Formats: sequence, structure tokens, C-alpha cells
Amino acid sequence: MIRSITKQKTEEEIFRLLEGQDRIFIIGCGTCVTLTHTGGAPEVEAMKETLLESGKLVTGQIVVPVACDNLTSEILQEELGRIEQADALLIMTCAYGVQTVSGQLKRMVVPALDTLFIGKESASGQFNEVCTQCGTCVIGETGGICPVTTCHKGLINGPCGGTNQGKCEIDSNKDCAWTLIYNRLSELGQLASMRKLQGPRNFLGEPTPGKYEMSKS
Amino acid sequence: MISSFKEALDSGKFIVTCEVAPPKGMNLEQTAHHIDLLKDKVDAMNLTDHQSSVMRFPSIGGALMVKEMGGEPILQMTCRDRNRLALQADLLFAASRGVNNVLCLTGDSVMLGDHKTAKGVFDLDSSQLVAAVRTLEKGRDLGGNDLDGSPAFCAGAIVTPEAHPLEPQLIKFEKKIEAGAEFIQTQAVYDIEKLKDFMEYSRQFQIKILAGIILLTSAPMARFMNKNIAGVNVPQPLIDEISQAPKGGAIAKGIEIAGRMIKQIHSENICDGVHIMAIGKEELVPEIMAAAELPPTAS
Repeated sequence: MIRSITKQKTEEEIFRLLEGQDRIFIIGCGTCVTLTHTGGAPEVEAMKETLLESGKLVTGQIVVPVACDNLTSEILQEELGRIEQADALLIMTCAYGVQTVSGQLKRMVVPALDTLFIGKESASGQFNEVCTQCGTCVIGETGGICPVTTCHKGLINGPCGGTNQGKCEIDSNKDCAWTLIYNRLSELGQLASMRKLQGPRNFLGEPTPGKYEMSKS
Repeated sequence: MISSFKEALDSGKFIVTCEVAPPKGMNLEQTAHHIDLLKDKVDAMNLTDHQSSVMRFPSIGGALMVKEMGGEPILQMTCRDRNRLALQADLLFAASRGVNNVLCLTGDSVMLGDHKTAKGVFDLDSSQLVAAVRTLEKGRDLGGNDLDGSPAFCAGAIVTPEAHPLEPQLIKFEKKIEAGAEFIQTQAVYDIEKLKDFMEYSRQFQIKILAGIILLTSAPMARFMNKNIAGVNVPQPLIDEISQAPKGGAIAKGIEIAGRMIKQIHSENICDGVHIMAIGKEELVPEIMAAAELPPTAS
């Protein structure tokens, strides 16, 4: 199952963002950030302790089930009293959750986490991005491995010259995407599709900001 | 003729190119010194483009210096820092100023350089950049629009003959040829037998191959390259040879080794020429050529 993968900001940055805001309400989430241990109940509790130690006042805390869901609004209504006592909301969810909350409550929001990517847990505690939602899927010609995501440079015509012993030039522990693709296509007897010279990518497939409306027809 | 380098390639003579790195900053003295020293000795000089992703004076600036000083530049262009608009514009500018040789590269990751937090562009890759050159020459841009005046280039690319695994690199190499590359400057080769194998395979294509020669300056430098530079394999006997050189004689030994390799490539007609990368020691290129018993390019 895919998850929003997050990492806690440094305490230094969190306190910089909270400067001049002494009364804090903390919001965590029971979904992705609980799995990544960045914004579940234990992390929210630990953050509360950190804030108290630094002399902040914590007006309350809550771990909503799914922060990015529109139902979050109703759940937060029940906490409105303690939320309204706060100068700022410290939100320990991914940026989807932060922005869901910021649109619903008239309070300054401070993200406690950085959102890294939408990814999968590939081994315990290890998360990988397999799709960057480029909007022009090429994996039908690459044996089901995405070079746009998996290749550091997003190359679609084969490896760069930096690949070394099947590893990437930026990290000798990272597999070279094009070696993986080459191996898979070789196994499948489909190397011909790697030989096709691909034209420049169409970045219109990836509108900024992303927006799509389902046709009513 | 598009350029004197193209003329030299077509003449069938043994080609010698070398590298000149623009400076980190505005002091162009050493670059000018290297250009002056080498311009009449080699067929063309490559101007590196923020080599290893280290921000420097631009390759086009270096190429214009070579032109102004009466030499023949090969403009290195990577896809790391410019999108397709900027790359095309710079190609038009280069051609307008008589810089008509271009080496198309993907480029190193910015993470390897001195601006690690920068955004790497890679809107195009090396094979697509070669194709872009050929498209501009036909009077059109990559958007399909007509150009008012089109450039002409001698376009090249690179390959790593000792990469492992090799076949993915060869597939890319063939795409560069399909896209219209006329010449190849290889990553450094130290194993002549492997170079011969590569040349046997590449002879089926209409393309000129210049073997990459990196000057070895010490045994630690050779070991560093083996560990850190993709596709570079300095064999142990060469490392032993350089480490056994008398004290202070490692560079002389490196020149001897480079000269010996070039001499063999030349005398056995293994490939069409050599591309000498002296990496910061460009002033030694004439000595390497002398050790290889190559005559300076008749100009």
C-alpha cells in the first residue's frame, strides 16, 4: 500500500517556526505518519514533552484517523475549544494533512514534518518511491521499472556514463535503474524496446500544479 | 567545411584532441596559457562544461577564447544545467560565433559537485541533444517551428568501452549514432585489448572513435580513479609501474605510459585518434605527444 513518506524537521527549525507563538495545539495522524513513526500517538506525545520542556504551553493534542480526509474537519470541531486557545497548530502529518487542516481552521499552521515522496515500504523501515506521477507512463517499454523515478536523472534512453558496476553515480548502494531495466528486458527477451530512441519527454503530462477533472460524460 | 576539426576527421589522419578546463573565476591567464601552448599542436580542444558539476567559467566562454586565439574548439554541452530552450539557444549562439564542434553529454549529477542543493535539469539526455543538433541544422527547433537561419555542426558524444555491464552502454552508444553523432571521444581506456574488442564491434558503424587517455600522475591517483570513476580500470601492472618510478618521477612515468599507449593505438591503427585528458596538467600534453612520437598537427 502506498504511503506519504515523511521525516521530522529538526527541532531547531520547528522552534524557529514557532517563535513568538507560545500556546500550541498538536495534531497527528493515524495513517501514513503512524506507519513511519513521524506523527502517530507516541510521536505526538514526545513532541508535547519537548514543547513543555522548552516552556511552551500545549493547549491540547489529537491524533486524527486520516488527516487528509475531509472528515477531519468534523473531528476537529469537537476539539475547537482547545484549538481556539492556541496561537498555532503544530501538525505532525504529511503536507496533505497540513493543508487539509489549514483550509478548515482559522489558525496559523506549522508543519513539524517534511513530506518526502509517495512511496512503498520495501523492507521494514525502508521506503522507496516507484512513481513520480509524471503523467506519461513509459513502463510499458521498460519491463515495468520506471526510469523517470528510479533513475536519479530521470533518463529515458538508457544509462548515463556514471553508472558503475550496476550502481548509481550518486550512491554506490543504489541500483542503477537502467541496469535493472536491462536485466529485466534481457530476461524477457525484449531488449529491442530498450533500443528505441525516445524523443524528449512531454512535461505537459505533469501539470504544475497537478489538476484533473473527470469527464462527466 | 563546417570546421577544421570536421575536415581533419574526414581526412583520415590520426586525430589528437585534448581538454582545456575554464577557470573557477575570472582569472583566464592559465586557460589562455594552455590554449596558446596547445592550439597548433592538436586538432581540437574540448572546453569542459562545469566538469564534475563544479561551477566554473562557461564552456562557451572558453570556446570563444580558443576561437579568438586561433585554435579549434569542441564545445562540451551537458544536459544538467539547461532545458531544451536554453540548449538550443546556446547552440545557435555557438554557431553564430564560429564554434561548430559540439560534444553532447548527459552530465554528472549536481550532487557530485560544489552546488549540491541545486536542481539538476536533464530535460534532454545526451542522445536527444545530438538529435536536437541535427534538428536545428534542418532549420527547425524542437518545438517544430521554422528557424530564420540554421546552424551547422560537427556533433559528437561519448562512450565507456570498459563499463560493466557493457551492453546497456553500447545500446546507448548506438542510439547516439542513430541520433546523428559523427565522432566519439571515449572514457579513459587503459586496457588496449578491451579497446580492440570495442573497436571490432564499433567498426560496423560510420563513426570516428577517439580513445580517451587520462594522464596517470601517481599510484594513489590511479587507485582513486579505479574506486571512484565509472568505467575507468587502471590495471594493476600499470599501477605497479608508476609506483616503482623513482621519487619525484611518477609524472614522467605517467607521461611515458600515456605516450606508449597512444603510440600503440596509432601504429597499430586501432582507432581514429586519441583524446588526451591531462586534468589540470594540460601543459604536459606536448610531452605526451612527443612520447607517443606524434608530430604536432600541421596547421
